[in-house]
Amino acid sequence: MTNEHVSFRDVEQVFPARGKQDPVHALGPISFAIRPGEFFSVVGPSGCGKSTMLDVMSGLTRPTRGQVIFEGSPLDGTVPDGIGVVFQEDASFPWLTVWDNVAFGLRRRGVDAAEIRRRVDYALSFMGLAAFTKAYPSQLSGGMRQRVCIARTLVMQPRLILLDEPFGALDQQTRLLMGDELLRLWRETGATIMLITHALDEANLLSDRIGVMSARPGTFISIVETGWAKDRDSTLAELPEFGAVSSRLWALLRSESMRAMGQHAASRSSLAGKAA
Amino acid sequence: MRSNEAIQPSVLLRWGDGLLVLLAIIASWQALALWGGSDVMTTPIETVRHAVQLTGQSRFWPHFRETATAYSVAAIVAVLGGLLMGIALGAHRLTGEVFEPIFVALYSIPKVTLYPVVLLLFGLGIEAKIAFGAMHGIIPVTIFTLNAVRQVNRTWLRAGRAMGLSPAQSILHIVVPATIPEIVSGIRIGLSLALLGTMLGELFASKRGLGFLLMSAIDVHDVRTIMAIALLISIFAWAMNAAMLAIDRRLHQRI
Repeated sequence: MTNEHVSFRDVEQVFPARGKQDPVHALGPISFAIRPGEFFSVVGPSGCGKSTMLDVMSGLTRPTRGQVIFEGSPLDGTVPDGIGVVFQEDASFPWLTVWDNVAFGLRRRGVDAAEIRRRVDYALSFMGLAAFTKAYPSQLSGGMRQRVCIARTLVMQPRLILLDEPFGALDQQTRLLMGDELLRLWRETGATIMLITHALDEANLLSDRIGVMSARPGTFISIVETGWAKDRDSTLAELPEFGAVSSRLWALLRSESMRAMGQHAASRSSLAGKAA
Repeated sequence: MRSNEAIQPSVLLRWGDGLLVLLAIIASWQALALWGGSDVMTTPIETVRHAVQLTGQSRFWPHFRETATAYSVAAIVAVLGGLLMGIALGAHRLTGEVFEPIFVALYSIPKVTLYPVVLLLFGLGIEAKIAFGAMHGIIPVTIFTLNAVRQVNRTWLRAGRAMGLSPAQSILHIVVPATIPEIVSGIRIGLSLALLGTMLGELFASKRGLGFLLMSAIDVHDVRTIMAIALLISIFAWAMNAAMLAIDRRLHQRI
């Protein structure tokens, strides 16, 4: 496992037929590995199975075929200790204060109170939430709520953090700032990060490597190495090399995105045909 | 617990408002009584005095016990039955979608029209009142519970699993706190309607209970007793609703 923190071995995901819908071959077969301490992003056309990949990698979903190996052992259909997930949608619990939201996972795990207090206070100040500990999520903006969710994942001290378009619902400026914070978090925790995003610039800026996915069934058509320094931040976007990587990503994705749009159009027209 | 200090002023304000409403009610009651005369209604003070006197009589208490028993059982049946049906229908999407409109339709029927059927089924005893009270109360509890369970955000459950929660932990620490505020609202309305149903049952056909006392007083035009019983029932209904509303508000505050 020296150079593989988590890996896919011939993973395939097929969703069974439901009602009049045909079975959907969402993912694979796909094999790849993420290195320990790496920042790995996944980009791809919409509906290509990016989120399915995250579900399978976290252990939330058991793949139809193949295996996911995390730190040397295969996943068994539950989320193992050491993996943390941040979702695209707001997953904060509205009935708990910010502080209690962040403490939630530790309490369920039976960590002792002093340790919970230490870790929660640290995570809150790290995410810039120290002034909002007693607020309820409904009193916070979307960006702040997503920080709560990140802090809630962080206190569990995961060694692999999976993020599913965590900034998808945020405005552009907030996204850039959250990206910088994510880089800081990555450097300070030393965790391995896998980020799913549809924003090519975001993937470019944050990642050591970027997996570019094909249209459904999703596999990698290419994995792009960026070669950025570890202490990078959003000023990187001004460099000419940055533009070169973005162009490369877009060149890879253009035809796949068009194919994906074709798939959508085809499935719509076949539904329309059935209805008529 | 932490937010207590912040809500103090608004609590005082609410108490002040309540006192004002109470004074307005008493004032208009007094005015109505003076205008209508003792053939129509008694004044607030007279009513309170007679209510105290009535509760001091031994003949009052068997009737009170009858109503209290009927209402308690009706309320328990309504709440437990509504919770069970609501959870079952809310957890299974399709069944919920089929049954919800049926319950909403039942909610809007004037159930009094069905009382003869209830009487034929259960007879003139306490069972008919219980059934009628429960019929009224069970529907809002079911509808509110069904919606609360159905609206549990799936992302919360996924987040729970991602933090390593067992299914039992997810229910206890996510589903229960997420649904409790809505369910309490349903229980509050259910308890009010169960009281309405129980009282209706006693008024229409019954040989015991506060509703029966009220009907006998109407038969002999005993205005003082009518007013005293109405007052006692109103105070009970108001106190129960106020207590439930306080819990309700506390739970909804944070969402």
